[in-house]
Amino acid sequence: MAEGLRPDPMPEEREATALSVRGDAGTLKLVSKATYFKEAALKNLFLACAFMAVAAVALIFVFVGYRGWPVFTEVGASNFLFGREWLPTQDLFGILPLFVGSIVVTIGALLLGTPLAVGAAVFLSEIAPPKVRSVVRPAIELLAGVPSVVYGFFGLLILRPIVADLTGGLGFGPLTAWIILAIMIVPTIATLTEDALQSIPNGIREASYAMGATTWQTISRVLLPAAKIGIVDAIILGMGRAIGETMAVLMVVGNAPGFFRGMGKPLSTLTSQIVMDMPYASGLHRTALFGMAIILFLVSMGLVLTVRLLSRFKEEGL
Amino acid sequence: MNHTLAELQSGVAPAADPTVKIAVKGLDFFYGDFQALTDITCDIRDNAVTAFIGPSGCGKSTFLRCFNRMNDLIIGTKHAGLITLDGQDIYAPGVDPVDLRRRIGMIFQQPNPFPMSIYDNVAYGPRLHGMKKKADLDEVVETSLKRANVWKEVKDILGRGGLTLSGGQQQRLCIARVLAVQPDVLLMDEPCSAIDPTSVQKIEDLMAELKSSVTIIIVTHNMQQAARVSDETAFFLQEVMGEPAMLVEFGRTAEIFTSPKDKRTEDYITGRFG
Repeated sequence: MAEGLRPDPMPEEREATALSVRGDAGTLKLVSKATYFKEAALKNLFLACAFMAVAAVALIFVFVGYRGWPVFTEVGASNFLFGREWLPTQDLFGILPLFVGSIVVTIGALLLGTPLAVGAAVFLSEIAPPKVRSVVRPAIELLAGVPSVVYGFFGLLILRPIVADLTGGLGFGPLTAWIILAIMIVPTIATLTEDALQSIPNGIREASYAMGATTWQTISRVLLPAAKIGIVDAIILGMGRAIGETMAVLMVVGNAPGFFRGMGKPLSTLTSQIVMDMPYASGLHRTALFGMAIILFLVSMGLVLTVRLLSRFKEEGL
Repeated sequence: MNHTLAELQSGVAPAADPTVKIAVKGLDFFYGDFQALTDITCDIRDNAVTAFIGPSGCGKSTFLRCFNRMNDLIIGTKHAGLITLDGQDIYAPGVDPVDLRRRIGMIFQQPNPFPMSIYDNVAYGPRLHGMKKKADLDEVVETSLKRANVWKEVKDILGRGGLTLSGGQQQRLCIARVLAVQPDVLLMDEPCSAIDPTSVQKIEDLMAELKSSVTIIIVTHNMQQAARVSDETAFFLQEVMGEPAMLVEFGRTAEIFTSPKDKRTEDYITGRFG
């Protein structure tokens, strides 16, 4: 039997070992050099794969940090983070309105998308007959595969005129972005919530039904509470997707770098503003855009960290 | 005694014998095209422990799950024949399986407490059925945990998660959870096969205490257990793989174990197969 991380002998070897033990009680056959070499090579190959991913993240962070850091010294951290005006032509680089814009767009999308996604997950996991499930689940997964520019197009051409009728104006603004983003985060939240529900042992469901609970009571009183950490995880990851989404938001949000003034009034977000300005920005303006990227990076890091912490709670069974 | 609509529809007279809690007549059971049980007829006596024994895969659990209609939850199952509880056809149209399951509780092989506190586990059933007052719930929780022989061990940790208990304690917690809704019948599907011997002892003790108020049916692979705890024993057998299982012999436990009428029963309990 293998001890710790020592490579387990290959099956053929194990057989040979068994035979030699039987044949000659005195000697146990040693694991061959070839086996050790193969095992070590594979281990290092997988290590390299994992390392590449980590290295990519680290490199991006270093690059963005290096290019963006001067904004904190030259504009000043508080002017940059809490400045209320984004007017690069007048050297005003306050990202607060953009940050607020990102938050507004994200929260709205979550409020619309979460109930939809959790509802879909409950349906898939607990209610849908296998045949329906085999159609609906791929359809939801397909949503994740639609390029965001297509969502943007859909928003621009179909949704925007409807929103314009509802709110007045041109229909560029948070409401349109909410709806588009809500649809975009449904697959993330729905599939992760479904996984969380599916990971609940079937005995728990049986116990609830056997107690005389209805399907709805079982879902609302046992299954959703049991899956709550998984669902919060799902929502946080959906949030990460929403806050980082660029293209679809850019196409419908209006890109006016001011504070939120209404559901139908143009707005801008950190991501969309970076794309809008990057083609022509230079000097300090460009540095400020990298500074915004640092903020986005930190936000998503914070979200991932939160998910990690929550998973630890789950392991401790709290 | 008033006749219910279901009785009238199914044409079943109330059980002639008041000591019969559940009566089964000519039950066939199918998973899709596969017939699992054939022509089972037996009477389960009130306020007694009935043991179902037989080799693995002989349909004991399937039969048990007919009584609280848990098989309804499996797609493609169907049955023929009649099962009555207190003379009422439990499969009659309009009978609410949810209400049936409140009256017929079930304990599973794997302890399956909900991932919530011990208190909430036991309060689950009463809350489902509308009990809201804290004082009432407190009382039900305490009484049920006492009846399930687990109160002493958990009385100071009611707020702790049910899953933090040992397997045997979890199983008794599950029993308390079922008792909290005061069922008439308790179905136990190999309740002791996944837990420690001390808890097994406690569960066997509580079965003896409970049977004055609850009809208990236990599926077990442990023949000594069947002999110890049960008043009546039913022996099931699937003679040919792929063919439906049947009830070979049913009678007083003492008789089944000392002087079985059927050769197959004798072979099984003396350990010649299975």
